[in-house]
Amino acid sequence: MRELKITPIKNGTVIDHIGNGLALEVLRIIGIRELDKDSTVSVALHVRSQKLGWKDIVKVENMELSPRKVNAIALIAPTATISIIRDFKVREKRAVDLPDRIVGVVRCPNPNCITNQHEPVESEFEVARRRPVVLRCSYCDRLVDEFLTHLA
Amino acid sequence: MSLKGRDVISIRDLSRDEIEEILRAAKRMIPYAEGRKSSHALEDRLVTLAFFEPSTRTRLSFETEVQRLGGRCVTISDPSASSMRKGESLHDTIRMLSSYGDGIILRHPNEGAARLAALASDKPVINAGDGAGQHPTQTLLDLATMQEAFGTLSGLKVVFLGDLKFGRTVHSLAHALSVFGAEIVLSAPSTLGLPAEVREHLDDAGARVTEVDQVHSAVRDADVLYVTRIQKERFADEAEYAKVAGSYRIDNAVLAGAKSRLIVMHPLPRTGEIAPEVDGTPHAAYFRQAFLGVPVRMALLSLILTGRAG
Repeated sequence: MRELKITPIKNGTVIDHIGNGLALEVLRIIGIRELDKDSTVSVALHVRSQKLGWKDIVKVENMELSPRKVNAIALIAPTATISIIRDFKVREKRAVDLPDRIVGVVRCPNPNCITNQHEPVESEFEVARRRPVVLRCSYCDRLVDEFLTHLA
Repeated sequence: MSLKGRDVISIRDLSRDEIEEILRAAKRMIPYAEGRKSSHALEDRLVTLAFFEPSTRTRLSFETEVQRLGGRCVTISDPSASSMRKGESLHDTIRMLSSYGDGIILRHPNEGAARLAALASDKPVINAGDGAGQHPTQTLLDLATMQEAFGTLSGLKVVFLGDLKFGRTVHSLAHALSVFGAEIVLSAPSTLGLPAEVREHLDDAGARVTEVDQVHSAVRDADVLYVTRIQKERFADEAEYAKVAGSYRIDNAVLAGAKSRLIVMHPLPRTGEIAPEVDGTPHAAYFRQAFLGVPVRMALLSLILTGRAG
């Protein structure tokens, strides 16, 4: 019998090559509660991968990711690839790419930073280092290298 | 190249050429700062001093400098009486103030406040200290002091002694010195070393940095000994403070083996780090350093508000 672990989707997004154990964080970033109630979300955890050894995969129907969400995924799952599916075909496939400036994705961990004081501004970071990723707050200069607990 | 209309938030916003331009202008400003010449450079200019935390010395200093240049200033020095008390954001307060005057000098307890103010304001913003963040005019006056003493900033050997962890003046100055190719030597009590991120930043910039346990040997061939105060308010408990306070003190015995041209600097106020006996020696540069803040800030104000200085 053919084993079908994850069903193909007609339209939507496949996020593959997510680092092992990070799929739930990716779901948190996608915000599955905001999805169309008829959309299927498939999650595969701990899947064999030639490239990574083990990986996670997330498939979401009827949704394409905003640039902001792609940036957040790039921070916590830098190995991920994103495929846009239209009519069962992969129309676009690319690795997540961290831009030089990241706006509104990460909260500054410095409690005394002006961006944590109810000011009408979004957090903003520049990439100080790419491997491993280190961000510098554009306001207070604080460096951040741990993003899971600081996602906005 | 013109500094007219520029925000000065962090020393990193200024290129080497711009820093040199400010230092040259500061030198020309000295007779005006001393009151021997009078200037009308800022005539018809109105500068807003927005001080959201108490700092009498910095505030008076900026007020003096604006007036020495013939300008006028209005000052907010009591944030509890301002609209921020009513819940107005800093962003909106600055936006409103920027429509009143020709430039804003900001002091604020939160890091990054000056960057935010610069975004909110359509007039230039000068950072006069934001929390534990940046204080670029302090760095400029530190550089001016070394430049005056040695005629150059390149190739100087600068020893930093004291609280290198919390002392923001040290972080900014070390960065600026690395731009000029100075050699940096660090000497701090074990719990107050330079934060790894600052050190990394210096290394990335290609700075020559070494660390020493004993300041005595480092002083021997140094050009500048930059001493900082250990800030009591940074310690959670008195015992921790007592452990490091008084762990170093510069007196004439320490300076006995130093080069005759060595200068001792300190951002002031000092507590016990430099013995009063040093004041009478040619090494003592800290009072001159404090004075040079006046022509440096006059130069900066003039360059930013008019594009010219002196």
